[in-house]
Amino acid sequence: MGKHVLLIEDEPNIIEAVSFLLSRDGWSVSTHSNGHDAVDVILLKRPDVLVLDVMLPGRSGFDILAQVRSTADLQGLPVLMLTARGQLKDREMAERLGATRFMTKPFSNSDIIKALHEMSEV
Amino acid sequence: MGRDTLTGSRIRERRIILGLKQAELARRANVSASYLNLIEHNRRRIGGKLLLDLAAILDVEPAVLNEGAEAALLAALREAAAIQPETSAEIERVEEFAGRFPGWARMIQSLSQRQTSLEQTVVSLTDRMTHDPQLAEALHDVLGAVTAIRATSSILVETEQLEPEWRDRFHRNIDEDAKRLTEGSQALVSYLNGEASDSGHVTTPQDEIEAFFAYHNYYFPQLEALRTDEEAKTGVTDLIDAASGLLVSGSARVQVYALLARYWRDASALELSSILQDISQMGLEPALIAAHRDVDLDCVMRRIACLPADMLAPYVRNPRYDIANGGVGLAVCDGSGTLTFRKPLQGFALPRFGAACPLWTLYQALSRPLTALREVVVQSGRDALHFETMACAAPTSRPSFGAVPLLEAHMLIVPLSNAGARREDSRSQPEPRLIGVSCRICPRDACAGRREPSILIGGV
Repeated sequence: MGKHVLLIEDEPNIIEAVSFLLSRDGWSVSTHSNGHDAVDVILLKRPDVLVLDVMLPGRSGFDILAQVRSTADLQGLPVLMLTARGQLKDREMAERLGATRFMTKPFSNSDIIKALHEMSEV
Repeated sequence: MGRDTLTGSRIRERRIILGLKQAELARRANVSASYLNLIEHNRRRIGGKLLLDLAAILDVEPAVLNEGAEAALLAALREAAAIQPETSAEIERVEEFAGRFPGWARMIQSLSQRQTSLEQTVVSLTDRMTHDPQLAEALHDVLGAVTAIRATSSILVETEQLEPEWRDRFHRNIDEDAKRLTEGSQALVSYLNGEASDSGHVTTPQDEIEAFFAYHNYYFPQLEALRTDEEAKTGVTDLIDAASGLLVSGSARVQVYALLARYWRDASALELSSILQDISQMGLEPALIAAHRDVDLDCVMRRIACLPADMLAPYVRNPRYDIANGGVGLAVCDGSGTLTFRKPLQGFALPRFGAACPLWTLYQALSRPLTALREVVVQSGRDALHFETMACAAPTSRPSFGAVPLLEAHMLIVPLSNAGARREDSRSQPEPRLIGVSCRICPRDACAGRREPSILIGGV
């Protein structure tokens, strides 16, 4: 079994495509689609890498990232932020809150796989 | 630095009113005439006993001489100088400046206030663009769908030996996302084109005018039967007065008055029963009707466009046309190409701001005045529906030596049915002209008429 990635994203067809893609690449994939209880799910699933969308129902990805970084057990978790907004201020916000990587939608399949490999090897 | 030297201007003004010579006032106040001259020209500050003495001689309260609008003016000038320190305004001479050039000072005050107001407006609009939930939601939907399509299509193309059930599933997903993308794009285009705004967003006189005409469905039975100018004036005024909630600005009311006056003149020249009878007998042929009734072609176009769909449809028997739902649209522009009147139509967007697509028949007409043009067009976006457009430009004023001839162009927009959109004989019927709404939201990249890049090309 490969490394474990948790994808928190609310678009079902993105979830399906990325899950398929990462599974074929050898990852063990878990998914979750709302922001309310995202941190609880992260603590429960304990992924090796987290892929986190910024715009989620219930709670923004930035809020979740901030709580992740303030949770002792999760401070070292590599986090790849996904957002539909490519604005500089979103990138700065993600970096300030401690995102490991930032990727703007739409992304290419090879880019996300490459990013996850690099993040999981650090 | 005190604010009281402008008092000098008031002292001088009051002295002149009383008919006192400067030397006489100086003598009675026990100062030299040259010193009083400096005071009156705001070159010297004044206060204390001398101010009290002068006020007593001039028979006014001291406060009248050293309080008032000048203080606000000086504060405004100081504020303006502080906002733009790079101009190195001589702040220490502000009182002298305001005293010697009060008109210029007030103008600077006015410009500074205007600048502040406009800056606040820009901040407000920028904030709205950044935080508008409707815009954010539309962008999120579009980019979400694009992301899903990109990821899924890459899997379909790049995965060797993809199991049939996965392949079918991903095909379904792409189909779903393509529909979602279409809806999201339409929502975004509508937003950018301002169509999503409701009355709560009415902000410009043009918005007010369009809201007014839309409220009346572009048809005013109250004006149809009026016979005299006086009756028409009363009728038009009543309509405007009754719409005080829609027509807020003076500019909108003035423009609506002119538009309704023209409506009444059109109705007088071409009565409702006549236009309906002509359409029934001649079809939707404005040029034939204009010749038959000896009226201008633009008048016929406006009369046709104002008719509600349910009134017009029974008289239009040509199966090429499909006007049962929305009737006929109309766009009017002046010689600069600015749209001055819009009757929008489902599927044929008319931009509210900026210029429209230069390929419109309307603009062809401007370059060929008094020539009636007709063609079939397909507008980008939406469902790419077919329309027949008929346009003509004509002078709005009589010829006069040395005067610039002013033109106005009208374009009637008639939706075509499926049968009307089909080209039965491709040799005799030209291809429909592909047109857009405006460059900003047109996806046709390779267009000779493009003025500016589209926000729909290369990602939003």
